[in-house]
Parts: sequence; C-alpha cells; structure tokens
Amino acid sequence: MHKEELKKVLTDLAEKTDFVSLRHVKEKTTWRSVRNEAPDANLVAYDEGVMIEVFEKGHIGYAGTAELTSDGIRRAFEKARSQTQKASTRKIADFPESVRPPSRGVFKSPRVKSLDQLSVAGLVDYLMKGSKAAKISDKIVTRMAMANFVETEFFHLTSNGGEIEQDFSMLGMDLQATAQDGPESQTRSLNGGLARCRQAGAELFDVDAFVRGGEQIARESLELIAAENCPSDTRDVVLMPDQMILQIHESIGHPLELDRILGDERNYAGWSFVQPADFGSLQYGSKLMNVTFDPARRGEYASYAFDDGGTPATREFLIKDGRLERGLGSLESQFRSRLPGVANFRASSWNRAPIDRMANINLEPGTATLDELISKVEKGLWMTANRSWSIDDYRNKFQFGCEYGRLIENGKLTKVVKNPNYRGTTVAFWNKLDGVGRSELDEMYGTPFCGKGEPNQGIRVGHASPPCLFRNVEVFGGGQ
Amino acid sequence: MSRRADYVDWMKDHYRFVTELLLASVSEGEDLVLSLEAEQSLFLRFNANKVRQNTWIEQAAFGLKLQKDRRTSTVKITLAGDRGLDEARARAALAELRAEIPQLPVDEHQVAVVNNGRSDQQHRGHLLGDEAIIDAICEAAEGTDMAGFYCAGPIISANRNSKGQDHWFAAENFFMDYSLYDGPKAVKGCYAGSEWKTTAWQASLSQAKNQLSLLSRPVRDVPPGAYRAYLAPGAIAELLQTVSWGGFSYGGYRRGQSPLKKMVDENQSLSPKFTARENFDLGLSPVFNLNGEVSPTRLTLIEDGKLVNWLTSSRSAVEYGAPTNFAAESEGPRSLEVLSGTLLHGDVLKKLGTGLYLSNLHYVNWSDPQSARMTGMTRYACFWVENGEIVAPIKDLRFDVSLYDIWGQHLVEVTDFSETHPSTWTYEKRSLGGMRTPGMVVEGMKFTL
Repeated sequence: MHKEELKKVLTDLAEKTDFVSLRHVKEKTTWRSVRNEAPDANLVAYDEGVMIEVFEKGHIGYAGTAELTSDGIRRAFEKARSQTQKASTRKIADFPESVRPPSRGVFKSPRVKSLDQLSVAGLVDYLMKGSKAAKISDKIVTRMAMANFVETEFFHLTSNGGEIEQDFSMLGMDLQATAQDGPESQTRSLNGGLARCRQAGAELFDVDAFVRGGEQIARESLELIAAENCPSDTRDVVLMPDQMILQIHESIGHPLELDRILGDERNYAGWSFVQPADFGSLQYGSKLMNVTFDPARRGEYASYAFDDGGTPATREFLIKDGRLERGLGSLESQFRSRLPGVANFRASSWNRAPIDRMANINLEPGTATLDELISKVEKGLWMTANRSWSIDDYRNKFQFGCEYGRLIENGKLTKVVKNPNYRGTTVAFWNKLDGVGRSELDEMYGTPFCGKGEPNQGIRVGHASPPCLFRNVEVFGGGQ
Repeated sequence: MSRRADYVDWMKDHYRFVTELLLASVSEGEDLVLSLEAEQSLFLRFNANKVRQNTWIEQAAFGLKLQKDRRTSTVKITLAGDRGLDEARARAALAELRAEIPQLPVDEHQVAVVNNGRSDQQHRGHLLGDEAIIDAICEAAEGTDMAGFYCAGPIISANRNSKGQDHWFAAENFFMDYSLYDGPKAVKGCYAGSEWKTTAWQASLSQAKNQLSLLSRPVRDVPPGAYRAYLAPGAIAELLQTVSWGGFSYGGYRRGQSPLKKMVDENQSLSPKFTARENFDLGLSPVFNLNGEVSPTRLTLIEDGKLVNWLTSSRSAVEYGAPTNFAAESEGPRSLEVLSGTLLHGDVLKKLGTGLYLSNLHYVNWSDPQSARMTGMTRYACFWVENGEIVAPIKDLRFDVSLYDIWGQHLVEVTDFSETHPSTWTYEKRSLGGMRTPGMVVEGMKFTL
C-alpha cells in the first residue's frame, strides 16, 4: 500500500477518535543454510501489514491487519476502537496524549553494498565454503553454515502529525561444527548461536574470514572432545565479549525493563529484583561498570532513530560508575512509574503491540589489554561463546555456560576444558568486576531471538562489550 | 462470502481460491506443496486485574515449496485477504521460486511429494463475545492481584500439494493463562478450552486463591543440597518442553546433538516407571504436519524407561536411510503424553515425606547436554514439606540435575493423575499442540543456589 493512501486513510480515521496511528511494516526475511556441504534450508518470507493504534479515554488499544485496503484498515480500526472503549473502563493507567510525541524523521541502516547484489548461487557457495572448511576430520560429524537477512521498511503515521520512515538492513550468520568420538560430542560455533548479527549490507560477507572461522571452530570442537571437564571450585573468570553479551542481556537488560518492574510481565518472564527506589542509589556493580542504552551506534543490530511510540532514540547511561541511573522504559512506563527511561517501546512486527524492550545495551570499554586481564589471574578460567543460560524470574540467581574454556594458571592461558559453566547472583557478581578491556577489544554482537511479552514477541537486540575479569566466581563442569 | 460473518468459512473459501490458481499453474516436472497458518485472535493482557493492552489481529501466512530437478526452495507470503492482491503475490512467489531453483545445488535429502490423503476437521467453539469477556474475567478476579493473558479466536492449519493431497484443520479455542500474586508470592493457573464458562473460570480462580493462601506462611530459606521432591504436572511439563527442543529428534541424534544420545549409544535407561509417547488423541494438534504427512495416532518414544523410537521426519529418513514416522521437520513432539502411574492424589504428600513440593519450574536449560543435565529455577507455589505436611513456602532455588538421575534410579513414584497443558506459545503466531503430564516424586534432586 502506498504511503499517500495510508495518509488518506489516517485522515479519515482521525475524525473518529482522540488519537490514531498507523504503523505499516513491510519485511523480507531470507534464511539459507547448508549442512555437511548439502543444502539444508532455502526460505524467503515476505510479510506486510499495518497495526492501528487508537487512544480512547486515556487507554491505548490495537488492531493489526494484513488486509491493506482502505476497507480492511477501517474494519480493523473499528475493532480497535470498540475494544479499546470497552477496555478503557478497566484500564491500567490514564495516559496523556504526550506519550505519543508527533515526531518526524528518517533512519537508514548503514550499508555499502545492497543485499540485492548477492546472488542466490553466490550466497549458497559462500555457505558451502564455510561448511567445507570445517571438514578437517572424520570426527567432525556435523558442519552447519547459515545466513539470515532481514530487510524492513517501516512507516509510522500519527494523527497528531508524526511521520517516521525507517529502513533496516539486518544480517546474521553462523557456522557450527560438532565433533564426535564414541559417546562424547561437543559443538563449537563462531560466537555462540547466531550471535554474529549486525546492521549492514552485503559487504559483511568476507569469504576468507568465514573459511578461517570454519577451520578454527572445527579444530576447537576436536580439542573439546579430548579435553577434561571444567573444574568445580571458586576462581577468577575472564569472559570474552561473546559471553559478556549474554551476561549483560540477562542480568542487566531484563531486570531494568520498567514494564517488568511495574509487573506487566509477571505472568510470563517474571518480575525484577530492582525496586523503583534503587534508581539513583543501588551500587549495581563495581566502579568499573558503565552500561549504556545506545540505539545510535552505527551498525549495531538494534539501532534506530525512533521507537514504535515515536520517541526519538538517544544514547543514555543506565549504569554509571557502577551506580544504577536509569531504567529501560518507554514514555508509557515512565508516566506510570515516574522513573527515568529511554526510547525502547518496540514491537516485533506489525502484528504485535509495542512493549518495553532492550535495543543496543552495551558495556562501555575500560583500559586493560587482554594480556593484562589474564596476567592478573593466578587461578582462573577463560570462557568464550555462550551455550547455556538460565536465570530466575526476578533476574537474580543465574547459571550460564560456554562452549569453550581454558584454564588460567599463574597469569597464563593453559589447557582447554569442556563444559565450562558458572553461577552467581546478579548484584554480587557485577560487584566482582575487576577489569574491563580497552576499546580495541570491544566487539558487537546481537540476537534475533529475545523473547518476552504476551502475546509473545521475539525481537532483535544488540550488545557490545570488551572482555571482562570477575573475581571469585563459582565455576563447574559437566558430568552426571 | 463476507469475512465478517465467519472467519473460518471465509478463509477456507479464500484459501481454495489461492491454492487452485497455483496448483493449476504447476508445470511438467514441478511439485508444489502449499500450506496455510491463519488466525483471527483477541489478545488481552492484564496486570493488577486491569487491562494493560488489548490487541485484535487477523493474519494468514501462506507457504509455497517448489521441488524441481531434485532442488527445493520455499517462499512464504502473507495473505491480505483481497483476491486481486493475493493472486498477484502468489504468482510472484511462484515466479521467484522458479527463478531460484536453477541457482541451487541438488537437494540430496529431498522428500518426494506424494498424496498423503485428504481430511477436513473443524472444531467450532463457543467463545464469549469480545465486548463481554473483559468484565467476565475481571469481575471474577475482583480483589486479587491478577496478572494474566487471555487469547482467543479461530486458528487454522491447512495444506495441499500438486499430487492431490488436501488437509484442513480449524479450531476455535481460548486460554486464560494467569498468575495470582500476594506481594512477591504467586500461584499459576490456566483455564483453557473451546467453550467459555464463567463458572469454570471462577472455579479455576477459586483453586488458585486457596493455593495462594498457603503461601501466606513465613518463607523458609532452604540451603542448597540434595532433597526428595515432588514435581507437580506443571513442573514435569517445564522439563519436557526443554527436552522437546531436539531431544527426541532422530536427526539430532545422528548429528551428535541430542541430549538423549546416551540412551542409544550407552544403553542408558530411565526408570521402568517412565513411559512417554506422542498421542494425537489428546486433541491438541492436527495429526498431519506442515507437509501434510499423517503421523501415527500414537507413537511410543520411551517405554518402561527405554528409548524405543525417535521422532523421524521424512527428510531425516531420506538422509539416514531410516523409516519415517512422519514427524514434523523440527522432529519435536506435537502432542506428548507421559503416562500416569499409581500414586494417588491424596497420597502425594505422604509419599514425599520430608522434602520439596514444586508446582512449577522456570527457565530450564541444559547445563551439560551430554549428561542430560538440566538447570532451572523453582517458581510459583513451592513448599517445604515435613512428615507429609506442608510447613512453609520456600525462597526460590536453582536446581541442576541429570534426567538420568531424577527420571532414572531416583524416580520414586508417578502419580495416577495427569494434567493437560495446551500450548500458550504465541511467538509470531498462536501455536497448536501441547502435552499431558503426571506428577512425580523423586529422590536426591540437587539444588545449587
């Protein structure tokens, strides 16, 4: 449906209610994968629809339709309006219209080469080369190479004069190798399952680097099947960026979501140990801990200029020098909680209402080199690539595991260990932070699969971090 | 036909229009598989027994899989519901597939398209109208701190192929998945079905309120250690949901990635009291998969503690030269049932004796898949029990256990009752399917944090 047609429909609908918006999303998703040098999946999905949002007596309700005709949108509007009128008699809050600022602007993901320049055959060949590179031994029983592109055109119109266009180009790719020897098998991936996610164009496809990655993970999976289990004791740990992203996501991102703190999420993902009074006072971590909400970072997976409520997106410190400063809450949550927030009101697509989400949540770099972090450790564990994650419904007691670990003995990396895991509680753990890598070591990753909400929404988030050192952490390995 | 009158009938008519034109376009040497996943849904989200968000949606995802010259490719489109628009989209999708196929390598594991028969199932429901449902929910929950999610409406799964296969499944259903809170303490409930009865909703709430009253006692901080435990049906379902992600998959086993691998490679077994099967008689899921293949109504996976069948898709069957049992391509169970045992409801606490009563678990994941070792948290109504009497609610605990232990030599008893858990999964779309599980008393369950 053309923009001018949407504008005309909006003009008609605006006469019938206090406020109405149309959020039109057109998205093309491509999944291609190769397993053991044979095609595994070739899928292209086209999705297009519009979410109608209405404001009735201080309550906001929604109706989504793919019927992109004037009649189809009007019909959905009537559904949204009648249900919102009814729901307004039992509304959670009496929102002012200021929670929908009339923003105008555009955003475009950075890209040097358009994805159109990648042929199907060229991409499949790229994946084949990655898979083949991992074939270094008969013990490598599974070699998987995959790529995922999402191209999204987003157009948001509001009856109070807002008009936003955002054009996203998002890529994810991964390689996995599973080595098996008798009953023992171990899997390595590039940086944990599909963590290599960026906003970019076809320039991200570097075949030489992909082949080197395939060789490396295959070699490391062979090391793992011959390795001893990670020891079970308390020691220092150095977490590489591809594990730090999970630590940030689960133990900083989710507990700081204001809708969780307000209780909206209690029936699904849970509540939060963070209390409203903690903002401005809680020493969340050591003085080395600085965490930002940064939707403006170029190329990171969840960058944007405006959230789905029309709020301009800006970089903000969530935690500064270890102290909790700000939550992850939209204008609606800020109105309800009277707490400072950010522009994070996001929906997974046209068929879901926006809720408080992470975007790019980053741990800001420190000053240490990797050698300096490791050399400060007498007895420790170096861990890379997330494999397992679990945390309680208040985001307090966690247990995380990685694909690959190495012992640190007297300031040096030594032998490889399999099944490296660690556990702790959020605030105590972050207060053990005793070293943060410098900016040259900062790496950007993300995930397309952050789950939350009722109805459920899987959304894309980005995280960046350097490697970090934590003191006195409970670690353990596998085995029955 | 007016889509306002009846969504299912209207969608069926529209689906036939789109599929007919595509099937008429199939050329010599081509095979085409078409699928539909459609819904018209009302979502109501509650917090503090108030409406947080109300959303109505109508969506229809339509898949086209083309096979030609031993190559395979798939395009999905969203149906707009407008004949002109959808004809153009469908024809463009087919043209794209035809252009892509020559660029692909040979698909060595391609499954030949055949006619897997025809079926037409429609399960009409009696749902409360959109206007009345909010009051019906909130009036019954008056005075409680209820957080919950109501999801209702028709849902459709269908497919056809160029060999004449034609399956249609439509159901109208709802679920009200909720938690009642008393400060930080909470209990979980789910009222689901195809016919809304306010009296049944009130009864569900009443049961939850009774359980919540037990949580008013002072909380006990149980230290980490190994304890005897009762895992209620909801807790067993949480464990099985994680096992279902690849655990029963034959392809996963062959790729070295199934956590149940040792049950074949090392003859590891569970307790003879543990039997699990796919059972489509539960009525939670259509018996055909997205390719239209009809699965056996019942398929035992673990019998008396021994793994007797994997879930094998036709694609894995081709790849590994094994017989298919027409599993979904993901090779996850769609209608899993763990058989009940002999422990009576009234004897659960006595059998537990002293230990932990766990109604629900949360955020379960593998800590060592090779050893079928899982970690997760206790959640909702969980109690410390002494000598068969509930003593106190507990502070949440983290467990870390191998299934080979708690469902193996440490499985004490399985209850003679079980509960059905319809899927409440709504990522991208509403899900069909679910599982049925009993409760279990286990020995030596390890808690670490």
